[in-house]
Amino acid sequence: MDFKLSEEQEILRETIRDFAKNEIAPVAAEMDAEAKFPRDIVMKLGELGFMGMMVPGEYGGSELDCVAYTIALEEISKACASTGVTVSVQNSLVCQPLLDHGSEDQKQKYLAPLASGKHLGAFSLTEPEAGSDVANVQTTAVLDGDHYVVNGTKIFVTTGGDADTILLFVSTDRAKKSKGMSALILEKDTPGFSLGKKEDKMGMRASNTYELVLENARIPKENLLGQEGEGIKIGLKALDGGRVGIAAQAVGIAQAALEASVEYSKQRKQFGKAICEFQSIQWMLADMATETDAARLLVWHAADLKDRGLRYTKEAAMAKLFASETAMRTAIKAVQILGGYGYMKDYPVERNFRDAKLTEIYEGTSEIQRLVIAASLLR
Amino acid sequence: MNIIVCVKHVPDTEAAIKPLPDGSGVATDGLNYVLNPYDEFAVEEAIRIKESGGDSTVTVITVGPEDATKSLRTAIAMGADEGIHLKDPAFLETDAQGTAAILSEAVKTLPYDLILCGKQAVDDDCAQVGPALAERLGIPNVSVVTRMSIESGKVVAHSELEGATQVLECTLPAVLTAQKGLNEPRYPKLPMIMKAKRKEIKILDAAALGMSPEDVAPKAKRLSVSTPPPRRAGRVLEGDVAEVVKETVRLLKEEAKVL
Repeated sequence: MDFKLSEEQEILRETIRDFAKNEIAPVAAEMDAEAKFPRDIVMKLGELGFMGMMVPGEYGGSELDCVAYTIALEEISKACASTGVTVSVQNSLVCQPLLDHGSEDQKQKYLAPLASGKHLGAFSLTEPEAGSDVANVQTTAVLDGDHYVVNGTKIFVTTGGDADTILLFVSTDRAKKSKGMSALILEKDTPGFSLGKKEDKMGMRASNTYELVLENARIPKENLLGQEGEGIKIGLKALDGGRVGIAAQAVGIAQAALEASVEYSKQRKQFGKAICEFQSIQWMLADMATETDAARLLVWHAADLKDRGLRYTKEAAMAKLFASETAMRTAIKAVQILGGYGYMKDYPVERNFRDAKLTEIYEGTSEIQRLVIAASLLR
Repeated sequence: MNIIVCVKHVPDTEAAIKPLPDGSGVATDGLNYVLNPYDEFAVEEAIRIKESGGDSTVTVITVGPEDATKSLRTAIAMGADEGIHLKDPAFLETDAQGTAAILSEAVKTLPYDLILCGKQAVDDDCAQVGPALAERLGIPNVSVVTRMSIESGKVVAHSELEGATQVLECTLPAVLTAQKGLNEPRYPKLPMIMKAKRKEIKILDAAALGMSPEDVAPKAKRLSVSTPPPRRAGRVLEGDVAEVVKETVRLLKEEAKVL
């Protein structure tokens, strides 16, 4: 069992770590304060190949394995979790399903601009009445000649406001419930499609989260991804991969909180010593570091299984569950270690705290992850 | 144009460096090694020359241990065409002069119009290899270069001095050593990082270069490595100017003992 990174994984890690340090970290706090989408950064990441990391070269991708992907996501997220989720969605929830289920025409048309970052992607499943209960999707799509006529409202769509290509999950047969769901490729300028509300969030504020409104939107039938009725299968398979990405993002947030805490505790003096000399602080740092390392290993394990083509649903759920809860616990301890200063926006840990919470909710709540894991054990 | 870039695999400057307990050297356990930052400017410049047109090849070459291939592959991922690794147990303890000797043995078997190096390596800060290599090859050397342009058969280079810039012109081939500010090195693109993995790196040992251990033995012996004394906090002297000046002079004489 070799836990050592390969040479190219190390070069990749150093490259993205440098990029994150020089280009992302200096503007992360400002982007959070202004809820400003990191379009320039995302474009540069696209040019370097980070928006289609696991896409084959023939479609303009970087042909990375999943472990390398998680390394890149962790480093990006350590600097800015919002940039991390934007990159994760593009790679795992848009490029990957297109690769897995797209026809050659669809791959040629949509994958290359997404892989290069020239186009942005979004994944739209959630609705007001369909969160954890994904099968309760009520957006309808009725075939009318050469088009699907789509009606409904989608909410909480990451990158929804800037996306060129949106994977839209609809019901083509409500009677069949989950087996009546289908996936459509929605293009930005589709007539009948408009943007609704932009959400004002607690954290991940530089990631734009939108409501999408479909009023008799006409989507060409060639834009059906896979077959009618395969929507739930396509969506859940994409979310398995997305889980590994989000888990990596959470590890990045935890690592950021840990590093800020270690550095602060060495400099802050109270009662005549640096606070890192007090046992209570040392114990907190030890727990933070142990859990962050453990979370990272769970992520790498799930990614490695995926790379080998083995079933990884349980491991992906475990990684997402543990990494997100670790990010939250670590961020809470980080604010505590920095004390009053930790509560102030001048220091980065309050942002880690606000960002971490969402990792426990999106792409499958912690409650859902526990059900997935239990189902795997009880099969 | 055939461009050769000499690079070194060095500890990351972000790492905390400590001497070994017996003071015989630096503790290298757990250190992360990267492409020498000054060499990055050299690699970037070579690639830009290649990209500006004409038919150029960029070859990166290093004298280093096993994992120095990582720095070669980083340079290849940036856009270098070929990599050569000069690797031999006898090379591990060599010094700057030895490194220049090894490099010259390899380089003189290759076609070259321009040789670029970083001005110094960030681990030992010797800044000798570039000039020593030029000397051994019998070609001109311009160091600490912040700007350069190639015109048919010659190069015009800006060489940084303390508080001034020297503009020099010399014929090619020549050795130029890069200073910070020469350019902004690119981030390697992901597909190129993956492609660099598959690139075959040529390995040459002492025998292949016709060198014996005596040829590369260090000419100076390292006696010990220790950390400098800890820097004490500065002191702010207050009071009226005349008093403060008197006190400062006294402290410089009696405490700091520099007057």
